[in-house]
Amino acid sequence: MLLSIKNLHASINGKEILKGIDLDVNQGEVHAIMGPNGTGKSTLASVIAGREVFDVTSGEVIYKGRNLLKLAVEERAREGIFLGFQYPVEIPGVSITNFMRTAVNEVRKFKGLDPLGGGAFLKLMEEKKKLVELTSNLANRSVNEGFSGGEKKKNEIFQMAMLEPTLAILDETDSGLDIDALRVVANGVNKLRTKDNAFMVITHYQRLLDYIIPDFVHVLFEGKIVKSGSKELALELEEKGYDWIRKEQRDNGIAG
Amino acid sequence: MQDVIKQNITKELFPGLFREHRAAITAGDYPSLTVQRDNAIRRFEELGFPTIKLEAWKNTDLKESFGKEYNFVLKPEQGVDVQKVFRCNIPHLDTAIMGQLNGWYVSKDVPLMELGNGIIMGSLAEAMKKYPALIEAHLGKYADFNTDSFTALNTAFFMDGVFIYVPENVKSPKPVQIINVIHHDQNLFLQSRNLVVLGKNSRLSLVHCDDSYNHQPSFSNVVTEICLGEYSSLDHYKLQNLNNASTLISSVYFQMEASAQLESHYISLNGGLLRNNIRLRFNGPHGDAKIYGIYLMDSKQHIDNQVFVDHAFPDCISGELFKGILDEHSSGVFNGHVLVERNAVRTNAYQSNRNILLTETAKVNSKPFLEIYNDDVKCSHGSTTGQLDQDAMYYLRQRGIGEDSARMLLMYAYADEVISRIAIDPLRYRIEDMVKKRLQGELQICEACVLHCNTPEQPVEFVIDMTKI
Repeated sequence: MLLSIKNLHASINGKEILKGIDLDVNQGEVHAIMGPNGTGKSTLASVIAGREVFDVTSGEVIYKGRNLLKLAVEERAREGIFLGFQYPVEIPGVSITNFMRTAVNEVRKFKGLDPLGGGAFLKLMEEKKKLVELTSNLANRSVNEGFSGGEKKKNEIFQMAMLEPTLAILDETDSGLDIDALRVVANGVNKLRTKDNAFMVITHYQRLLDYIIPDFVHVLFEGKIVKSGSKELALELEEKGYDWIRKEQRDNGIAG
Repeated sequence: MQDVIKQNITKELFPGLFREHRAAITAGDYPSLTVQRDNAIRRFEELGFPTIKLEAWKNTDLKESFGKEYNFVLKPEQGVDVQKVFRCNIPHLDTAIMGQLNGWYVSKDVPLMELGNGIIMGSLAEAMKKYPALIEAHLGKYADFNTDSFTALNTAFFMDGVFIYVPENVKSPKPVQIINVIHHDQNLFLQSRNLVVLGKNSRLSLVHCDDSYNHQPSFSNVVTEICLGEYSSLDHYKLQNLNNASTLISSVYFQMEASAQLESHYISLNGGLLRNNIRLRFNGPHGDAKIYGIYLMDSKQHIDNQVFVDHAFPDCISGELFKGILDEHSSGVFNGHVLVERNAVRTNAYQSNRNILLTETAKVNSKPFLEIYNDDVKCSHGSTTGQLDQDAMYYLRQRGIGEDSARMLLMYAYADEVISRIAIDPLRYRIEDMVKKRLQGELQICEACVLHCNTPEQPVEFVIDMTKI
């Protein structure tokens, strides 16, 4: 198993957001995490990525057989965890080329590989740009600075292609995208899918899942996964809305 | 006359010292300069040294700097081995590099060079003898000693410095570099004076370095007057890399005649207490002045940039961008003052000061200030102080970049906004290298001589490959 989350509780500033998450992810699988706003989807992504502002109060996360929670953000990244940000950060003065070359070579160093030279790196970059249908000339632009919403998200997928993660978490990558950008993003993900990697696609709407077909759909509600199923669950959610989940939870006496 | 006088610095010391050594100090003067000196020392007696009670010195306390004993050297050292002092071969000394040791101009052979194209460069003391009329037309005309006690003191005491003259319509074919080195086995108190005159429609790139080669305390009170004639253009670089026991009061007065263009870059890498007084006057319309600064301070270093721009004529443009990174217990001050006079219509002026504090003990006082007396202007100012962007740190680390490297990358990117504006490529590469080394805590104080000390060019190795490809 690639990732195994057991009874994960996490809080920020003393406020509990995740209230006992259980989730298993195998290589080759695509998991969609759905749910209304403010139920902990992004928190789950951040806790797996290792953002320090969140406190894990109990539970465990095992990744590739190791306790993930003991690793620093960059160590998790080097171990193959990638987070596609909901709001990619603008970093003026750091060119994308420079940023990606530093990142790729730090990951290579960790794996005991020699750093990529300038020529080989540029070649890799061109190849991956093509893969994710990135046409604009990024090389000399600062990371995300002045990018449109769509460009930022495409840039996330481009970085994912460059780093070839084992577990990619895409946090609402579809938000704010028009249908063309959405298709480009989805195509990128589909091209990168292999039997050895896995994806966690966090999304609000079923729309993205028309393009990225998930193996599993999970519904996160008030810090817990309350429903899991196949891709049909996403369609059902789309049809009935999240009120259906709310009502069901109320009826079960779990949530108010 | 003694060559060396050892004293603590007090206001009371100087008038007596001046009277006692007046004959020696004024020996090379043209008549009106001696009158100026007499007036200046009187004015200094009235003004005294600034204290933190003065608004302009509120955040820069000189008490500690004054509390040391210094030697006052009233004669240049004899038999200076130029090659040895500048520590490497200086192939272009006769043409583009001007050496200054402990405030005195040093040369391999002639103290004042007259180049074929009419450019004159060399010792100010020598130029006062040889070209008194040219010097008299400019010296003391821009640096007003009535309002500034350090300028008053310098005017009374200076005996040498650097003089550069670029005649009308002459474009200096290569950058001129002034390397001002402080290197002595005693604590020194120095007061040198520089004068740079650009004739009408001339052009010059000037790199001005202040370096120390050892860790001996020193106090420098340096005044530089730079006159940019009509339609002239100056690319000016001030590079400061002094030891932590040094105090430098550097006052640069820019006089901008009509349609003159200036780009000035202040790069402050090290120094115990650095005070840059930058005073610029537009003395005709259509002038354009950009002043950039980057300062990287740590330990208990202190940097104080005071920029005053006087828009006395219409249609001038001025811009200031000063950025700083302050680490450990270091402190910084930025005071920008733009004065737009009543007739200076269509003035375009902006000021920006940005700071990053890396620790809770580092601090900065920033005060951009606009004083505007007409309503047909476009002016803006801004100041920000913060920490390194934590969201950006997280983003970089999430891509596998280690914490130290991520921090370096962000700091370098921050500084790059200023450094990328350096127009001379080899100079920019060298300064980029120095900034990277500085940010990694690996810069030595003797490494500052930008153009000469690096032959053959030695590549600098970094954890992060910053090469722009």
